[in-house]
Amino acid sequence: MWRDLRGAVVAIVVLTLALGFAYPAVMTGFAQVAFKDKANGSLITRDGKVVGSKLAAQDFKSPKYFHERPSGTSPAYNAGATTFANLGPTNPDLAKNVKAAAAAILKLEGPYNPGLVIGDIPVDAVTTSASGIDPDISPAYAALQSKRVAAVRHLPLSTVQKLIDQNTDGRSLGFFGEPGVNVLELNLALDKESGS
Amino acid sequence: MSGQGIGQIVVYAVVLTALGYPLGIWMAKVYTAERLPLGSVERGFLRLVGARREQDWKGYAKTVLVFTIPFFLLLYLIQRIQGHLFLNPDKLAGVPSHISFNTAASFITNTNWQYYGGEYTMSYLTQMAGLAVQNFISAAVGMAVLAAVVRGISRRSRNEIGSFWQDLYRTCVYILLPLAVILSVILISQGVVQTFHGHATATTIEGGKQLIARGPAASQIAIKQLGTNGGGFYNSNSAVPFENATGLSNFFELLAILLIPAGQVFMFGRMVMARRHAWMVFAAMFVVFVIGVGVNLPAEQHGSAVLRSSGVNITQGHGQSGGNMSDKEVRFGQAASTNWTVATSDASNGSVNSGFDAQTPAGGAVPLVNLFLGEVIFGGVGSGLYGMFFYIVIAVFVAGLMVGRTPEWLGKKIEAREIKLAALGALFVPTMVLTLTALAVVTKGGLASIYNSGVHGFTESLYAYDSQSNNNGSAFAGYGATNFSASFGAIAMLFGRFVPLIAALALGGSLATKKTVPESAGTFRTDGGTFVVLLIGVIALTAGLMIFPALTLGPIVEGLMH
Repeated sequence: MWRDLRGAVVAIVVLTLALGFAYPAVMTGFAQVAFKDKANGSLITRDGKVVGSKLAAQDFKSPKYFHERPSGTSPAYNAGATTFANLGPTNPDLAKNVKAAAAAILKLEGPYNPGLVIGDIPVDAVTTSASGIDPDISPAYAALQSKRVAAVRHLPLSTVQKLIDQNTDGRSLGFFGEPGVNVLELNLALDKESGS
Repeated sequence: MSGQGIGQIVVYAVVLTALGYPLGIWMAKVYTAERLPLGSVERGFLRLVGARREQDWKGYAKTVLVFTIPFFLLLYLIQRIQGHLFLNPDKLAGVPSHISFNTAASFITNTNWQYYGGEYTMSYLTQMAGLAVQNFISAAVGMAVLAAVVRGISRRSRNEIGSFWQDLYRTCVYILLPLAVILSVILISQGVVQTFHGHATATTIEGGKQLIARGPAASQIAIKQLGTNGGGFYNSNSAVPFENATGLSNFFELLAILLIPAGQVFMFGRMVMARRHAWMVFAAMFVVFVIGVGVNLPAEQHGSAVLRSSGVNITQGHGQSGGNMSDKEVRFGQAASTNWTVATSDASNGSVNSGFDAQTPAGGAVPLVNLFLGEVIFGGVGSGLYGMFFYIVIAVFVAGLMVGRTPEWLGKKIEAREIKLAALGALFVPTMVLTLTALAVVTKGGLASIYNSGVHGFTESLYAYDSQSNNNGSAFAGYGATNFSASFGAIAMLFGRFVPLIAALALGGSLATKKTVPESAGTFRTDGGTFVVLLIGVIALTAGLMIFPALTLGPIVEGLMH
């Protein structure tokens, strides 16, 4: 018993030093040399200021921007406190939230998409993401928003579509996962295109 | 369900088998070789901790238990006083006592249930030197115990089953650490953060302020996936892009969930010289895995009743993955989310890349049942396969009853003592799950944890004790912490870990003392398809039937409400 306990205490010290300090320190050293930007959060700067991260959604309200998916964090798109929304499949709040989100989209996009009906809204547009900061929207949701953004910015639709394509991350190696449009990068590209 | 999505899961299964097999050969060598490279370091470590010779099962179990105590205390202490310690750039305060207690129990038992949000509760020091160390150690303990049990099965007329200290050391140095380094590098290359800088502050395009939590995450996520731990650096676990950035990082994290457990089946086959038998065990696991995918994927792709009746477009194709996208990420879509849901609940991993609370009744029932089977479908590192041994012994016993002969397994007679241990190992945890859930839904403290009301709230409670008792750690995450649920859960995790662990060691010890009997015409063959069917049947009849009444009260009623 005491012999084991003494061994355990010695082992704690040795293993904590090796696995708890040396290992993460070495990996951090490697990361900071080989993948500095990614290791520090894929931050994006504009005019020398950090405006966000490629990997985190942020709140876009203006009609000249593409909008993100709904978020369950508090406040929305809180990259310092991620969370699921945790609404069960039969929770009345889920039905209410989906309905409200769909109505808002119809109101916002309707004027630019004549004949728009609820069946044209892709599901990711009305559901919360798992992290609350999903940086991507589906290509379908980007397509839905493209007419509004083009009209508000007085850009040809083809230009907006080109920018969507350029800021779509395809499947990894063309195979793993699903394609997504990075909203922050797309909006930055639009600002650049519009010269604002 | 597109062909592309199913293709991803098929590739996953193929790569898993292709990598698991050679890893199994290597692990068998690690646990049986007299000497390995850098043997002098090993001897130095063993001298330092005072390890002398091989132990019998009681000695081995005693060392495991004693070993765990100081780790528990240290982990509790670090959390409580982290506010006064270094490596805390975001100045996080000490963790409340009931959360610290639950978390310490959670991480030493390889559960990684999380009643806290990592990025805003735990300092870098706590994450690295507390939680991540336990990710290594608790995994290594499970793997060491499995090695000892398998050694016991392979020996004849012996009392000793191995040296815990040597097994622990070799597991960490020759298996876990090299794999963790490789996986860390892959994850870092994909955009998973690895830094000692505190959070970043961004001024968003529309002028808001955004805090971006960072930290030494990749090194911790690598071992959290490999060691079937599952405790996220961030609250939303591997759904958060900083923890799982791309389709490729997702694939590798997913692979890491089942890699060691799958490899251990082949390791077992080599160590007991019954490779065909090991393949049959692998086949039984694989079949249950496929059933999980076969239920979850169509259910999630079909979507919840709320989404279907809302009128929005949930059909796959034309630029979207479709289906139930509630609490799911666009870059993963349905197939990669299903693959993860099934893998993490077959194993005792418990990490998630989507929110289970929001899954459809049928979809969410898959992880619920998988946990209840005892995490033996590949299962936790070490604990999965030694848990499966309980079912194998019962299966062989049932076969023996049918033909009226003393059952044998791998040349060893299975007698009353083995049957009792196997029954204890297989039935203790499910019984505890049902008891704790029953208590949790009739007491005030238990009910206060529920987030979604009604039937779904019952499922949340059931899942919470199912997950903690089986050392999984995934959650219907609406279920929140109260003093009651945190303490209750801690007890579930400790008993759920150590009762089967000791039963397994006792089983291994008991088999080690036996002589082998020559195979005869009446021996039930454990290396053919009949055995696979029998094994799956035994799992379904023991654990499956036990959870069925609870299932009818939860997901089945909820499904009918649609």
